[in-house]
Amino acid sequence: MTLELFLQHFFNALTLGSLYGLIAIGYTMVYGILRLINFAHGDILMLGAYFVFYGTTLFCLPWPVAVVVAILGSALLGVLMDKIAYRPLRSAPRISALISAIAVSFFLESLAVVVFTGLPRPVHQPEWLVSIITIGGARLMPLTLLVPGVTAVLVAALLYVVYHTKPGLAMQAISKDIETTRMLGVSVDKIIALTFAIGSALAAASGIMWALRYPQINPYMGVFPGFKAFIAAVFGGIGSIQGAVVGGLILGFIEIMTVAFFPELSGYRDAFAFILLVVVLLVKPTGLFGEKQEEKI
Amino acid sequence: MKVSHALASLALAVAALGLAAPSALAAEPVKIGVYLPLTGQNAFGGQLELNGVKLAHQAHPTVLGRDVELVVVDNKSDKVEAANAVKRLIERDKVSVYIGTYGSSLAMAGGEVGEKAGVPGVGTSCTNPLVTQGKKYYFRACFIDPYQGAAAAAYAFKNLGMKKAAILMDVANDYSVGLCSFFKRSYKKLGGEIVADLKYNSGDQDFTAQLTEIINKKPDIVFMPAYFAEGAIIMKQARELGGTFTMMGADAMDNPDTLKIGGKAVEGFLHTTFPYDVAMPNMSEAAKAFTADWKATFPTQDPNVNSALGYVCYNLILDAITRAGSDDPAAITKALAETKDLPTPLGSLSINATHDAELPVGIIQYKDGKRQYIGEAIAE
Repeated sequence: MTLELFLQHFFNALTLGSLYGLIAIGYTMVYGILRLINFAHGDILMLGAYFVFYGTTLFCLPWPVAVVVAILGSALLGVLMDKIAYRPLRSAPRISALISAIAVSFFLESLAVVVFTGLPRPVHQPEWLVSIITIGGARLMPLTLLVPGVTAVLVAALLYVVYHTKPGLAMQAISKDIETTRMLGVSVDKIIALTFAIGSALAAASGIMWALRYPQINPYMGVFPGFKAFIAAVFGGIGSIQGAVVGGLILGFIEIMTVAFFPELSGYRDAFAFILLVVVLLVKPTGLFGEKQEEKI
Repeated sequence: MKVSHALASLALAVAALGLAAPSALAAEPVKIGVYLPLTGQNAFGGQLELNGVKLAHQAHPTVLGRDVELVVVDNKSDKVEAANAVKRLIERDKVSVYIGTYGSSLAMAGGEVGEKAGVPGVGTSCTNPLVTQGKKYYFRACFIDPYQGAAAAAYAFKNLGMKKAAILMDVANDYSVGLCSFFKRSYKKLGGEIVADLKYNSGDQDFTAQLTEIINKKPDIVFMPAYFAEGAIIMKQARELGGTFTMMGADAMDNPDTLKIGGKAVEGFLHTTFPYDVAMPNMSEAAKAFTADWKATFPTQDPNVNSALGYVCYNLILDAITRAGSDDPAAITKALAETKDLPTPLGSLSINATHDAELPVGIIQYKDGKRQYIGEAIAE
């Protein structure tokens, strides 16, 4: 393999991996705080992309404005989702909330099919993001460099919120023990609503990035990326924000490099990714960055 | 004065018909059943095919000196309804032969019933190989999916002179697997070289790794029989990565959204399809007659390939009944199987050993941002 070819594969993997990472941080944040796997995450991602599509086509908003509106709209939707589907189940067994999350996911997909129709829609790509540039013989779009940048900024912001602000402190407390936190006078429902708002905003941001890279949106577009990002989050140690990014990058690199080095096995690319996942979990069940969980007695 | 003149000639015509009628009515009409999806998700295609059948019936309303009676049943785009529809046609209406249907899964359900009763059927647009597999009494007026793969290979190698091809196949999709394996087989037999053979899974959005590998092998043409949304994304990524090869797909790419999603990346893209298009150059006499007839009868709608397939089905059956000299189902079955070089709007049609139509395959190319019918290819 020539250096030029490797560089091309490297950039391909970097784009895909950082997209997985970007989606995974929203997943992992909600899990880290509530111990809830929010299966509707991929569908919020889809809605975010659709909001931008309709914002620019139906309401003729300039693209940056449409992006901001879509992210805010998704955050609001996240709060609503928590209020309707998760809050009533706060004291129910964890499995009930999980089932509720799956229901929300199906509901959003079906709703999107009815409202937006199942037809794939083309996505507008701003010219400055997709004009080709060449680095060392490899061809890439500014978008390829933008995605890891956006991911880094969002991770930094998220870490700041969780570890250096008061609501963040409350989030950490909730992740340890909801009841005690409530007794200490924290408005638990508000903090959880905020968690969902941030998680959904992250999902929307990643959906918009995903749609820019793969400019075709449909009501089921969130299913596969959501699934892969969930794997990346588990891989990195679910609950760990850095772990989600690293997990996403590793998954992206495995997928691309499998095809790069073993083109004849390209049909098995997912199988390779999952075999590695199984191996990692067998050796380190909590994932790469996961903390050991002490079961409370 | 003119009006009364016209009325008088009309009266004369009616009288003439009345005189001619007794001889035609003396014999029982020949009954041809039609089961198509006239409601439900496939209604669009079903309606066009029904209009095609009706158009052909209007042009040739008699056979063997007897009237032809069409018995039309809606299969509602539903497998159970499709089986019931054929049962009704055979048991209640006692048809000698039936036409239908749009959709392979519907045809499989309906064909099973006809097979047990020993009544021949002719499918309109059901392209899955399984539809006629092992069936004695089921035929179709269309070609099967893999046949397009072979025709695409012939076109790429012979007409375009491209000696090196790469394949990008969806391993989780029968349609893609069938087309690709037939493309490879024919292309190699013709003397072409397959320089790369890459795979992906349905639902994948990122094809950069596969495409980078393909670009590295420098093929002249890439065969990628994907569905249109996927296909458009593949083309976009291929051009972004600097691929300059020609790309070719199959009829699943035949959708206006291919261009909307793919944009400039679709320029030059080729795909195979059925050999009829209202804007095709060098139309055959049969195609010209069909197009003119259609436009006179249905002025608000352009004919498409489905309307042509409905039309061809009826004519195929009429030709078989004429050759059989009887409307006995067994005799029609035998005559259908022996169909050879029947001139149709889709080109010269023969029925092969597996009861599928052997037709030329149409080629579409996107030029200057427009979809154009550029010619035909024959599978070897």
